[in-house]
Amino acid sequence: MPPIISVKNLTKTYGNGFEALKGVDLDIERGEILALLGPNGAGKTTLISIVCGIVNPSGGTVMVGGHNVVQDFRQTRAMIGLVPQELTTDQFETVWNTVSFSRGVFGKKANPALIEKILRDLSLWTKKDNMLRELSGGMKRRVLIAKALSHEPEVLFLDEPTAGVDVNLRRDMWEVVKQLREQGVTIILTTHYIEEAEEIADRVGVINGGRLLLLEEKAALMKQLGRKQLTLDLTEPLAALPPSLGAFDLTLSEDGQKLMHEYSHNGSQDSISALLAALTAADIHFKDLSTRQSSLEDIFVALVEEKA
Amino acid sequence: MNFEAIKSIYGFEMARMRRTLLQSVISPVITTSLYFVVFGTAIGSRIPTIEGVSYGSFITPGLIILTLLTQCTANGSIGIYFPKFTGTIYEILSAPVAMTEILIGYVGAAASKGLIIGFIILATAYCLSLINPDFGTISVAHPLVMLLFMVLTAVTFSLFGFIIGVWAKNFEQLNIVPMLIVPPLTFLGGSFYSIKMLPPFWEAVSHLNPVLYLVSGFRWSFYEVSDVNPLVSLAMIGLFLALCLSVLGWMFRTGYRLRS
Repeated sequence: MPPIISVKNLTKTYGNGFEALKGVDLDIERGEILALLGPNGAGKTTLISIVCGIVNPSGGTVMVGGHNVVQDFRQTRAMIGLVPQELTTDQFETVWNTVSFSRGVFGKKANPALIEKILRDLSLWTKKDNMLRELSGGMKRRVLIAKALSHEPEVLFLDEPTAGVDVNLRRDMWEVVKQLREQGVTIILTTHYIEEAEEIADRVGVINGGRLLLLEEKAALMKQLGRKQLTLDLTEPLAALPPSLGAFDLTLSEDGQKLMHEYSHNGSQDSISALLAALTAADIHFKDLSTRQSSLEDIFVALVEEKA
Repeated sequence: MNFEAIKSIYGFEMARMRRTLLQSVISPVITTSLYFVVFGTAIGSRIPTIEGVSYGSFITPGLIILTLLTQCTANGSIGIYFPKFTGTIYEILSAPVAMTEILIGYVGAAASKGLIIGFIILATAYCLSLINPDFGTISVAHPLVMLLFMVLTAVTFSLFGFIIGVWAKNFEQLNIVPMLIVPPLTFLGGSFYSIKMLPPFWEAVSHLNPVLYLVSGFRWSFYEVSDVNPLVSLAMIGLFLALCLSVLGWMFRTGYRLRS
């Protein structure tokens, strides 16, 4: 199946000369959840804004569902829902009116039953007649999500959806995201909470300095770049590593109490059993052992620092 | 055409007017009454007729134009500036709506508000003239021409306001035109006097003021007296309308300050 979003050599230079995007290529598959990671000012929001039609591109093309976002904006924009990063709301509107307004602006006939369902799913039903200025930040975030879903989009952009959001809302939000995914909605999210990308995304893209540095299946990325570390808590402190263990990649903690062994995902499993056997042979015993896997965050930090 | 979107934007803007009913509707009634009491009755009673029209009757069309210009410019500019300021504009820009449809929604609402207020002033003036016969009589010689002038003025200046709203980067810039440019032009454009009362030099200078043509043509539809030929007035409004539309056309093509 052709990708639902296809970005080719996209560039954007703002009026003040700032180059926000320096040639981005990106294909997004139908029904996937893609997480875009990147530090502030990396170009994530500019990329989203161009796909959604808020900002004109300087060069390159963006196709959504086979249509060009500039020439065929009616088709492409009708397919997309956007939850912006900032909590921008019409303070004096009611929840019901603002969500119904969104549906109308997207050219869809009023559908009170659907709006009711969306508001109930997002626990907003009891607030439907409240003015937006009376709502807490978390509730406003829910309203923005409801607005984005009001016209039944096929693609949903969530720009930093969990910034400043409490645990309950985050859980509700991921519940909604899961439901949408089951309905076949493609979801693109940008986030600073890397654990979230790790938990929810199918693929991960890393943007920095206006370039897409990496785009990978999350599992493959973890496997390829993820490191594992085995830590052994020794029963007796060691003064130095015995020469018989020289073949292994080992480090001894300063107090001699801990032995650390670094290995990669794709390394052979044998290395650990060999190490353990060698330890027994050297008469070194341990009371506990733990392994730690490098997180997406470690990978991300390493990537951004390396390419910066 | 995305009619649902036009309907939504228009409805949203008109709802804003309903929420601020007191400010939107009551204040022009009070302002008009004050103008009539001060200019029409207190000062007007000492001024003989102007071209055969009593002073109170003479200023009524000028007052309507003054209000139409300020209200339409202000409403047209705030309508688009406010979402830009709060950031809610992201939704309209990301919606499958052409800029012309956005324009019809906002400008339609701004012009409608201006027209409603214009008619309220006309009704207020008419009621006041019935209460106090000293004030003069209000009669409309050519109702359709009057309506045409009102609609054209409302639409043109709502478009003009929209341009200001897109251009303005802060509230100061937003207010500078409706507060500092429109009122002097209106006052000096013969809203409250006939430019034939001016010395020849200033009478000539007044012809450079676009508002003169609006007021003059509009007043002609009431009393068949005018400073310039009503057809010239009509042509001048048409010219200004075309000018606003071409500026907007350029803005929308380039994405000026909206999608840049």
